[in-house]
Amino acid sequence: MSENYNKHKIYERNGKTYAFSDASLQRIKEIIGRYPEAKQKSALIPVLHIAQEEFGGSLNADIMDYIAGLLNVKPIEVYEVATFYTQFYLDKVGKFVIEICQTGPCLSCGGDDMIDYLKEKLGIDVGETTADGLFTFKTVECLGACGYAPVMQVNTCFHQNLTKESIDNIIDLLRTQANEPKSNDDKWVEKFCLKK
Amino acid sequence: MGRKILLEKINISGIESFDIYRKSGGYSAVEKALKTMTPVDVVEEVKKSGLRGRGGAGFPTGMKWGFIDRKSDKPHYLICNADESEPGTFKDRYLMEHLPHLLIEGMICSAFALEAHTAYIYIRGEFKYLIGILNNALSEAYANGFLGKNILGTTFSLDIYVHPGAGAYICGEETALIESLEGKRGNPRLKPPFPAFVGLFGCPTVVNNVETLAAISPILNMGGDFYSKLGNGKSTGTKLISACGNINKPGVYEIEMGITVEDFIYSEEYCGGIKGGKKLKAVIPGGSSVPVLPADLILKTAAGQPRLMTYESLAEGGFETGTMLGSGGFIVYDEDQCMVRNTLSFARFYHHESCGQCSPCREGTGWQERLLTRIENGEGRLKDIDLLADISKHIEGNTICPLGDAAAWPVSSAIRHFRKEFEFHIQFPEIVKNIRHGNIDKYL
Repeated sequence: MSENYNKHKIYERNGKTYAFSDASLQRIKEIIGRYPEAKQKSALIPVLHIAQEEFGGSLNADIMDYIAGLLNVKPIEVYEVATFYTQFYLDKVGKFVIEICQTGPCLSCGGDDMIDYLKEKLGIDVGETTADGLFTFKTVECLGACGYAPVMQVNTCFHQNLTKESIDNIIDLLRTQANEPKSNDDKWVEKFCLKK
Repeated sequence: MGRKILLEKINISGIESFDIYRKSGGYSAVEKALKTMTPVDVVEEVKKSGLRGRGGAGFPTGMKWGFIDRKSDKPHYLICNADESEPGTFKDRYLMEHLPHLLIEGMICSAFALEAHTAYIYIRGEFKYLIGILNNALSEAYANGFLGKNILGTTFSLDIYVHPGAGAYICGEETALIESLEGKRGNPRLKPPFPAFVGLFGCPTVVNNVETLAAISPILNMGGDFYSKLGNGKSTGTKLISACGNINKPGVYEIEMGITVEDFIYSEEYCGGIKGGKKLKAVIPGGSSVPVLPADLILKTAAGQPRLMTYESLAEGGFETGTMLGSGGFIVYDEDQCMVRNTLSFARFYHHESCGQCSPCREGTGWQERLLTRIENGEGRLKDIDLLADISKHIEGNTICPLGDAAAWPVSSAIRHFRKEFEFHIQFPEIVKNIRHGNIDKYL
């Protein structure tokens, strides 16, 4: 395992290079250790999450091949997982991915008005990214927060009991962060989760 | 005030930390189990309690544990199912956010009962903030000797890891969850073999819901016999209900099973009545997959008895006039909600979440969504209603896992109880267009 792991620490093909940071490689090693010997494939979903965070918010075939090498599985085993789960993006996304719930309980509390308002506010349709590359807007199925409907997530941050005013505040705040580096640390989450 | 067992300590400030949880009596069940009981004793105690799985199916937990293959020479695994994704359900998230140690304590006792030395918490990927909370709580438990090697100086060792999913409702089904934990697509397995014999990595495995595991320490503390006397008949103990929709006080409530549905909806202690003083139209009491019931049938059974919040009472009348307690995701609709639009949203949900393995579900959920979209957009035909009912009949019971049933029931029950609304959408599309959220009762 570790021999394979060292061999595949860096990925180079057709002039493209991908390499996890040392901190991420350490995390990946620790995650692989949670599963029995030779069952490192179990680490696939956690590792895809880390890759997506580190390599610009979405996955591509090169990144998936890189992970296949690291975990010693066939590339197809990575592709079939990455295409199955909604949280993995195979198309480029903006810096902030806004995902609003469109399932029954949210709709009954005005969720569709919030969807319409976001379309108008961002000037894009569902599934599109703003021209400045800042926002991608998606509708998703139940986020498991129905008592606080309507609900949306911005990059894993929950925003609940949405109103037009709270959406204005969230978007304005995110716009001020256009040039700041995106980070996944807890402080970042604290700063942007207006309401948890 | 109703009796609180799971949420008894929720108002103690700082209860999410190990120290406060321990000071208020936490982890005493671990001491009791590891020092004074055998694994089989713990299973027997849970059997006595009558505890039923809180994820939705309501299968007796003690019996599920009893199936674990103790003769196997392979390691045993315990998995906590925290993939809470059933629309209307948000109780596990609440438990994990506020009482992470109650879950961990329950998992230690359960793993001891099952002779498992590794346990995983499979949590839906969207709950990223909860992963941090759980990992903090786990480190505290390790630091205080309740996890790791030789817990409390006994021979019992246990490691617990948090494993994130990545957005797939189907992974709440236990065999799909196991596939996903092995790093694969969440395609459910055929049963048998059951996970108790062939589960994670081919080893004996038990998968339990968060709320089920959280109930284990209180049961060991108070004794299974005592717990079994709470509640009503075979619905023993307390249940978390996550209430949402058009009510004054949405939120998570712990109820002793046996209170009336009417009390739950209208009393100030719980939902506090319908928002804006409107009339109650319908309720889905157990997460989106259980049948929807109109106001009269949710408050009283067809026989005229008050409907109670128990597995049995909610199911009374079968699917003709009854429904199910399910996961306790209690969705309330007021008079202005459109049942066609609502049913369409659930049909879209199940179409999106079908894993695609079985044709009746993969194709049927798509047809349901397309037909309902057509009706909602005013392009439906009257015969589409029977076609829809026919499609759901062909999905139900014909798939490897229960997602097929879960996709069929919301549609068939909505047609059964709100047929007139579907017909109205087809006959008067112009009127419907102008009352998008509308109450069509005045036109009927």
